[in-house]
Amino acid sequence: MATRTPDDALAHPIAGSAAKRIPGRGHTRSAVLFLAPFGLLFTAMMLAPIGYAVYQSFFRTHRSGLGLGPSTTVFAGFDNYVTALHDSRFMSSFLRVFTLGIVQVPVMLGLALLLALLLDSRGAVFKKFFRQIYFLPYALPGVIAAIMWSFLYAPSVSPFTAALRHVGLDVNFLSGDLVLASIGNMMTWAWTGFNMLIIYSALQAIPGELTEAAVMDGCSGWRVAWHVKIPAVRPALILTTVFSIIGTAQLFNEPAVLSQVAPTVSPTYTPILATQQSADINNYNYAATQSVILALLTFVLSFGFLKFTQRKGTFA
Amino acid sequence: MTTVTPSATRAAAGPPGRLRTSSLAGRAGVFAVMALFALYTLIPVWWLLVTATKNSGYLFTTNGLWFSHFDLWTNIRDVFREQDGIFARWLLNSALYSIGGAAVSTTLSAMAGYALAKYPFRGRDLTFNVILGAVLIPDVMFALPLYLMFSQVHLVNTYWAVFLPSVVSPFGVYLSRIYAGASVPDELIEAARLDGAGEARIFWRVAMPIMSPALVTIFLFQFVSIWNNYLLPLLMLNSDELQPVTVGLANWREGVNQGIPYNITITGAFLSVIPLIVAFLVLQRFWRSGLAAGSVK
Repeated sequence: MATRTPDDALAHPIAGSAAKRIPGRGHTRSAVLFLAPFGLLFTAMMLAPIGYAVYQSFFRTHRSGLGLGPSTTVFAGFDNYVTALHDSRFMSSFLRVFTLGIVQVPVMLGLALLLALLLDSRGAVFKKFFRQIYFLPYALPGVIAAIMWSFLYAPSVSPFTAALRHVGLDVNFLSGDLVLASIGNMMTWAWTGFNMLIIYSALQAIPGELTEAAVMDGCSGWRVAWHVKIPAVRPALILTTVFSIIGTAQLFNEPAVLSQVAPTVSPTYTPILATQQSADINNYNYAATQSVILALLTFVLSFGFLKFTQRKGTFA
Repeated sequence: MTTVTPSATRAAAGPPGRLRTSSLAGRAGVFAVMALFALYTLIPVWWLLVTATKNSGYLFTTNGLWFSHFDLWTNIRDVFREQDGIFARWLLNSALYSIGGAAVSTTLSAMAGYALAKYPFRGRDLTFNVILGAVLIPDVMFALPLYLMFSQVHLVNTYWAVFLPSVVSPFGVYLSRIYAGASVPDELIEAARLDGAGEARIFWRVAMPIMSPALVTIFLFQFVSIWNNYLLPLLMLNSDELQPVTVGLANWREGVNQGIPYNITITGAFLSVIPLIVAFLVLQRFWRSGLAAGSVK
């Protein structure tokens, strides 16, 4: 809206060659001009920080004496990485988030798929109404939702604790046993509708002839769903899974807010919290190392999943 | 993303035309599941609405899911009075970051996505894969080193520190490439070229209008993600005056011991949600995808 890009004069000489349907050099220039503004900012805001973090992770600040003297930065090789891998609190934060993701992501996406299929089914009523309700949590900023849930879980205020007490159950959602599940619930609440909408859009894009043909052939609703609809929305399911993996790895808002009210959520509860803690105590090199490790693991997991499903796709 | 596998066409042949009406029981089952999940979604929001109307005295003593004394207006007044009225400032900051950032990032994404979809040039796949790869990297990977870089060029604790990283959206590029590829017909571009239109004109006059529903989607995605961002402003800003509403409220949540009452935080949270819900209601008709896919016919 704000930016007016390559002016028309630039592109005029191309018109003639385009008529011959040859992607000429002029097109490359247009492409570059269209890409340049994004490319510059992308390089500055994403590529450069990655490089900088990797660079930082190989150094260490050396303070002389009692830390009062001037500090010097020295090359540390893989020392920071070795430290991180031996950092039991950092490592257990990974395990914790991994455990959470392995359970929460399938539950959430299963629910999202089910709801999308139901919304898409012929028997559904009030479709628009339900669709909007499911999507509602997406309109709540993550931190705001976390603040809200922090009250909904707090024993003194929680309507759920009160309701359970009525039936004789004494449940503390923030206790050590439950807090991880409580966080999982916050994530499921926040993101099921969003994922549902992506899957639902993919369902809507299935050509009507396809499902009609299956119905004509005598397929029941569930068989159409299983044999026609789910295979057709596979790309959407893969996409939502990848986003969920990345989202889970980045888990921050929920535990950050809960840590203020629940002593069971430690300052190193998730990898990002641990990284943030290192940055807070000015150990930037170690924080950089931790974020590189987190990024690498997330990338390997999400990219690995993408490749795995794509390979399977070519054989199916 | 929008590709449909053709394998589904060969469904088993059977007696035709059996299933035009689904059974009543089936409909009831579908409705029950959908209603149950709607309740799960709504109850916390309902609690937020109800609690925003209570003064702090009733917060602990009354049924959390029903109204008691209606003190919403007093609460709202208190929210806007707390800390010399900084809440209004926070809302304004959030609006500034989100609307400005989303507008710029949507424009940049549209241009980049269109170029990647419609111009065959050397290195295109590599470019796209690098951009796509960035989607798979957690935000902290950028936020923390950006903080270090920005502090060296004295950008930390300025509007730019939050604004600049927000205008880059690899996901926006990904979406607009998909949409441009699916919805802007090559024939249309060729026709425009034959008519003598330049590339920029084709983009603004031909491609953009077709892509516009998708662009609204990208704008909304970006708007919401900037409005929701917590980590970046938390790292970049230490002045209260520059904070978006999310960070401000989280500080209030933490500030119970400094005498910030619960109900101020809760009513503040409730108020901060309203702009987004309004945005969704206003823009929801644009939440459609693959819009112009059929325009070739």
